[in-house]
Amino acid sequence: MGKQDPDQKLRYNSIYIDDTKYKTQLTTKYKNRKIWEKPNDNLLTAYIPGLVNRISGKEGQKVKKGDRILTFEAMKMNNRVHAHKNARIKRIFVKVGDSFPRGTVLVELEPLD
Amino acid sequence: MPLKRKIQELQKKREQVISGGGEKAMEKQIAMGKLTARERIVSLVDKNSFSEYDLFVEHEARDFNMDKKILHGDGVIIGTGTIHDKPVAIFAQDFTVAGGSLGLMHSRKITKIMDYALKMRMPLIGINDSGGARIQEGVNSLAGYGEIFYRNTLSSGVIPQLSVILGPCAGGAVYSPALTDFVFVVDKISKMFITGPEVIKTVLGEVISMEDLGGARVHSEITGNAHFFAHSEKESIAQIKKLLSFIPWSNSTKQEIVKVKEPKRQFKIDQIVPDNPKIPYDVRHVIKSIVDDSDFFEVQEKWAANMVIGFGRVGGKTTGFVCNQPLVLAGVLDVDSSDKAARFIRYCDAFNIPIITLVDLPGYLPGVDQEHAGVIRHGAKILYAYSEATVPKVTLILRKAYGGGYIAMSSKHLRADFVFAWPGAEIAVMGPEGAANIIFRREINEASDPEKMRKQMIKEYKAKFSNPYVAASKGYIDAVIEPKETRNLLLHALKVSEQKSIGGPKKKHGIPPF
Repeated sequence: MGKQDPDQKLRYNSIYIDDTKYKTQLTTKYKNRKIWEKPNDNLLTAYIPGLVNRISGKEGQKVKKGDRILTFEAMKMNNRVHAHKNARIKRIFVKVGDSFPRGTVLVELEPLD
Repeated sequence: MPLKRKIQELQKKREQVISGGGEKAMEKQIAMGKLTARERIVSLVDKNSFSEYDLFVEHEARDFNMDKKILHGDGVIIGTGTIHDKPVAIFAQDFTVAGGSLGLMHSRKITKIMDYALKMRMPLIGINDSGGARIQEGVNSLAGYGEIFYRNTLSSGVIPQLSVILGPCAGGAVYSPALTDFVFVVDKISKMFITGPEVIKTVLGEVISMEDLGGARVHSEITGNAHFFAHSEKESIAQIKKLLSFIPWSNSTKQEIVKVKEPKRQFKIDQIVPDNPKIPYDVRHVIKSIVDDSDFFEVQEKWAANMVIGFGRVGGKTTGFVCNQPLVLAGVLDVDSSDKAARFIRYCDAFNIPIITLVDLPGYLPGVDQEHAGVIRHGAKILYAYSEATVPKVTLILRKAYGGGYIAMSSKHLRADFVFAWPGAEIAVMGPEGAANIIFRREINEASDPEKMRKQMIKEYKAKFSNPYVAASKGYIDAVIEPKETRNLLLHALKVSEQKSIGGPKKKHGIPPF
């Protein structure tokens, strides 16, 4: 509002839309948004927090698609973690009795050569 | 027994019930910075206007020693009163009685007053302050919630429903407010969540406080569940009264015309919007230069602030404003702002409130997070809401209106009644930079000085297309106007569309993308 604008002292950021740079303020939600990363196909990540109650795979072991690697309890249910492809188990990051938050990498596979 | 003694007996019974959960519990309530349920009602309604019903209702629970427990009023107060001298129905949960927990009779009291409100076509105000379901009453308390939700839905779009969260409101209980039109919260007092910090900690191992999980700020800024944020209960009550001064009492109530006061002179409509479309400004200043007395009552101020919605009067009549806010995120449409605008448009349409749309947006917000959050289906809500709305719809394009955003923001194509544009308006598929880069890609790439060529092409595109006249030549814009003509023209447009009547194909109901 020209001279009368009390917001003149506000600090602005910029945002690009269709090659145009706009001066504007950003929201906290926008600033905190998660930057997308391509998921690593070899990592089995927990989609829910849980407690490991059984490990059936071994490091170095060859697994076929569908083989069970471990079982954990979450929301009063037993959840099985299967190999989603033919691969070798490179590492198992948890042991029986471990509880883990969502997003924890449980198992790393390595492709068969 | 002589009548005199019977009256004394009544008085004694009343006093007992009114004592709620007793002195100690009342003191505790006050120590938490809260008013008591009765104080809340008294400060909300016109003086001496409240009549209470079902004072002597008692619970019927027998299990878990409940038969030995007396719960005054079963933890809730219901009644009718007046606000601005017009009738309202109220229920207020009393946290001092068994934590305001909801049992069968408690819920029956609430549904009774809800039925009155719907039958008598008056607003319903629900004051929530409850620990949740009364576990001892088992499935009966679940049934109670269900009966409330059903009535919330039945009343939706018929009478205004206001939820005031003045304490905890947890578990299934949150769905009543979520089904109502406006939710009021107070800093440090309101707490809303489906599962509380305890459960989250046990099940998920995440440690979070009630405040950080579902406090007033969270719901006003992050989730969008709340519409009005206040620092104190007193402020919240003032907000309720202010809202009720704007909205019609039911979907069949004719709007009252309030004495017209011109906008305040400090808001100079022709000095707010900068020429350069990349420079921000506060669109609320434009609204205040249009509405009577510059009195604009904003809804959901902090959430999705890139879209401004709220009520103002134009020529004495309440009007809903839906406006892009260049000050925040350049005024883009995104998941939250589409959601916010769409619901407000539907509110206005249901209660016959005309809608003025102020447009200045660069388009939709790009980003993986937006796409994966479903900006397609959320963005569709705004198209649906505008297309479906049959109230008078007047659109003013202040500056840019690019691409899908142009269509979505109450364009002629979605049956806006009037679309006006200021001379600086740019109606185009996208901004000149982006458009020139695509259309003249070859010319730019093949030029000896691509940067120079790019600039020249942008300039050419701007000169040709970055104006309102291309759209005006097709009749997509009814008039290109000077900023200072705005208020008079909007007044006129609303006046001539007062008797607007349009119909669509017969259907039970549409299927909006929610």
